[in-house]
Amino acid sequence: MNAFEYARPATVEEAIGLLSAKDGEVAPLAGGTDLLSLMKDFVVEPKRLVSLMGIAPLQAITVGKDGLRIGATVTLDALLQSGALNQWAAKWPALWHATAGIRSLQLRAMGTVGGELLQRPRCWYFRRGHGLLAQEADGSSMVEKGDHRYHAVFGNAGPAKFVHASSLAPALIACGATAEIASPKGNRTVQVEELYRTPATAGERETALAADELLVAVTLPRPRPRSATYEVRPRQGLDWPLAAAAVAFELDGGGKCVAARVALGHVAPTPWSVPEAAALVGKAIDAAAIAGLAAAVAKSATPLKGNAYKVELAQVALRRACAAALKGA
Amino acid sequence: MADLAWPDPKDCSLLGTRVPRIDGPDKCAGRAKYTYDINRPRMLWAKFVTCPYGRARVASLDVTPAQQLPGVVAVEVIAGVGSELKTSFQEVACIAAESEEIAREAVRRVKVTFDRLAHNVVDDDVAMAGNQAKPGREQLTDDFAEAIGGAAVVSETEVGCSVLTHCCLESHGSVVEFGEEDGQPVVRAWCSSQAVSGVGGEFAQAAGVPAAQVRVSCQHMGGGFGSKFGADLWGALAARLARQTGRPVKVMLERDMEIALAGSRLSAFGRMRVGVKDDGEIVAWESDAWGTGGVNGGMGAPGLPYVFGNIPNKKVKSTPIFTNTGAQRAWRAPNHPQMCLLTMAALSDAAAELGMDELDFFRKNLGLTSRADVYREELEIAAEMIGWKKKWIPRGDQGDVVRRGVGLALHTWGGGPHNSNVQCTLHPDGAVELRCGTQDLGVGARTTIGIVAAETFGLPLAKVTVLIGENRYPQSDGSGGSTTVGAISTATRHACVQALDKLCAAIAPEMNAAPEQLIAKDGLIRGRESAAGGVPFADACRRLGAQPVVTMGQTQRGNGMSSSQVGGVQMADVEVDCETGIVTVRQMVAVQDCGRIIDLLTTESQVRGAMIMGVCAALYEERIQDPVTGVVLNPDLEFYKLAGIADVGRLDVHMMQTPEHVARGVIGIGEPPAISPMAAIANAVANAIGARVKRCPMTPDRVLAALKT
Repeated sequence: MNAFEYARPATVEEAIGLLSAKDGEVAPLAGGTDLLSLMKDFVVEPKRLVSLMGIAPLQAITVGKDGLRIGATVTLDALLQSGALNQWAAKWPALWHATAGIRSLQLRAMGTVGGELLQRPRCWYFRRGHGLLAQEADGSSMVEKGDHRYHAVFGNAGPAKFVHASSLAPALIACGATAEIASPKGNRTVQVEELYRTPATAGERETALAADELLVAVTLPRPRPRSATYEVRPRQGLDWPLAAAAVAFELDGGGKCVAARVALGHVAPTPWSVPEAAALVGKAIDAAAIAGLAAAVAKSATPLKGNAYKVELAQVALRRACAAALKGA
Repeated sequence: MADLAWPDPKDCSLLGTRVPRIDGPDKCAGRAKYTYDINRPRMLWAKFVTCPYGRARVASLDVTPAQQLPGVVAVEVIAGVGSELKTSFQEVACIAAESEEIAREAVRRVKVTFDRLAHNVVDDDVAMAGNQAKPGREQLTDDFAEAIGGAAVVSETEVGCSVLTHCCLESHGSVVEFGEEDGQPVVRAWCSSQAVSGVGGEFAQAAGVPAAQVRVSCQHMGGGFGSKFGADLWGALAARLARQTGRPVKVMLERDMEIALAGSRLSAFGRMRVGVKDDGEIVAWESDAWGTGGVNGGMGAPGLPYVFGNIPNKKVKSTPIFTNTGAQRAWRAPNHPQMCLLTMAALSDAAAELGMDELDFFRKNLGLTSRADVYREELEIAAEMIGWKKKWIPRGDQGDVVRRGVGLALHTWGGGPHNSNVQCTLHPDGAVELRCGTQDLGVGARTTIGIVAAETFGLPLAKVTVLIGENRYPQSDGSGGSTTVGAISTATRHACVQALDKLCAAIAPEMNAAPEQLIAKDGLIRGRESAAGGVPFADACRRLGAQPVVTMGQTQRGNGMSSSQVGGVQMADVEVDCETGIVTVRQMVAVQDCGRIIDLLTTESQVRGAMIMGVCAALYEERIQDPVTGVVLNPDLEFYKLAGIADVGRLDVHMMQTPEHVARGVIGIGEPPAISPMAAIANAVANAIGARVKRCPMTPDRVLAALKT
């Protein structure tokens, strides 16, 4: 780890002032569970860290008319505890499942919601210093030629083959959550899925946030109680799922689907929104409809030579999330 | 004379009972100091420049920028320009600096370029290895072709397991310091070592001093599993750099080097055919096995078939593959877990092919093992414990998404004692000290010595002081191969009995008894028949005069003191989610003999720990090499996956403690229980899903692939 400057501002405005528009120069620091590891391995080498943990408003959770608003530096532990305390767990089960799915006590204690959403990919080529795209000098993909058992099976036509590692993002996307972003030019609000993008060239980030912008909070709009997340997790402790799916449905009085949002996790360079879910609208969500959706999703998959199993796992996660969401209804 | 023989279990207050480790509180409270915890005044930290490819030649090397960094004190080039590096993470240079951070930064400043050379890191493909695959001599019995041709059923199995590493939570390393003791020069070497008495010579040579000057110390260590017998290059560098700089030097491997270089367990793969009669009798065995131990090849003993070595007709071939990966080292029962998997999987598949209950099939063929009676009894107990009869159903499509299965495996090991010397000092105030140059790998060596001494003197455990982990103490061989407990327990008994004899001789006259009529029990020296008139132990010791009694004991073999050769049976009950391919271990049982047990609690812990390692090997753990660069892709504990406590299921242990077993004397327990678990789990998965998963760890991709066959 290199020596660095450390700043601990008390307000978002101060924090923004301490960031830099130049990528990589300054890094916001929340729980540090990801950033500090990356710095120790010299994968990132910021000259200044701006701690966000002194900014009280970022640690607030509020449940109001507009929905559930979660500050960016709310820890995963605090979020879990508030599930019962603020009685949101039953209203947004998809988020509850995803939060509870993060089993590492250390990550829960130190990790924050903002950090979880903006964590860097776990790709072992990236973590070993080969860059986010892990390209050789001739532009060929190390991931494609190498060991890609954990890599992307969707959205990987370009040079980016990693998977986004966030577990909360698919749930937030399924629930239609928005993200508040503070920037030197003022604040803006985007859909959570708009936080992410797939880099096409070396040097591009995997997030739409500019280097001098901060994620301030996420807000889940009015509850859709028919939601669920299902993660395929081989181990119970510290691990990332092999695939995950989050779904949220609105049904009319007759049981027909009025709205459906589905997102997959750990299978693409971004949390993977499933547009095929729109086909469910107007239908009863029965076993056939769910199977049809899973099949449609599989059709758009582009697995590499050694990770087709992840397409299967994504389908299983999707079917199980749908079943859980309907059962919860 | 006090009786050297072990006391009758019914007369024992400590021996054979469940005694918590005496250093447990120190470990829990952080008082126990590991090599990693040793920090000395003015100490330097050393870090390594390593090879970033599977195989390469150093093309250019300039260490000047590192030398110029303030705080860098010494740089040693290990592989200069032109040197060939045969594995990733192999050492190029070592830098000693004022702090760990400066040393790491200096490593990054070294200007080094490499010419990449062709590498092979594929551990499961003989063809890819070309001339680096070295087939051994085929063993063929005369009547093999006829026997397998005449078999009623010939089953075929293909199975294997990946390279594992030792994953010592405390990485390899040493701290070396030149100093003085009583005006004489000494070199102190704190070393995380399985061989405290034996590594001094390596440090002496590297430090350039007579071996008599070297003081090796290892009070506590975070695991070895067979990988920590030598000082290694890393210890030698600590010594050389300490000599060169005149300052203490600490070399502890970073996790990546630890996983890549500091020892691995070889992979093993095999294609087996088993010929059986209609009634389940095995008549022929054929195996073609291969695997890699990295740059030093691999595939040693034991051979195939494992345990069932007396199968009459055999055709056996094995091919070690040399790869550009970190060298194998002894891993808890070297090569046994792998051969156990290949054998037990093949036999389990043969039973399934016949439509026979696996348990009945193994029972039927126990005559082909060397300890049929022990295995038979152990199988009965294990089957009862896990509820085999209720749980076993024939392989086949159970139809459900989540399926249950049970499986079993058998193993064998030696476990006879090595050579140890234990010194007993009996002070006139009643204090008892035991000194032994053994080491406690974390499993209870210290407690073992304490229990035997306390039992022999009739004292509470807290009244004896156990001093180990220093090479100044009486010599004790390295701790490997389950050889330690039989050695240190019998040597302790030997030393203490001699001391007790002297004590009894000193006090006998005033007790109006012959020395041989006296025993030590319940804190008293007293008559054999009655506690009446007994003298408290400390009072008795005062009769020794001003001088302490010092005796030396040695390893005792045979005569009911110690022995070797054990057998064990393990069974697993698993659940497989056939959509996700996730395997969950619900329960495992281990039934094991190991002669006379010193501490039932640490023995059971040893067995449970071994089963946990087996769950890791069966389901999660493997060293993954990058085909592109040849480097280890998962040299960390995130992607080098181990089981967490919630992943291991229920673990039940039954130790065979009948009078016949106890009468054999003490036998080591380190290796045996680590052999069967992977095979038992693999067979349970096959039972559940009706197909053989071809490779351990049985990760979801492999389980799903097996389900498609």
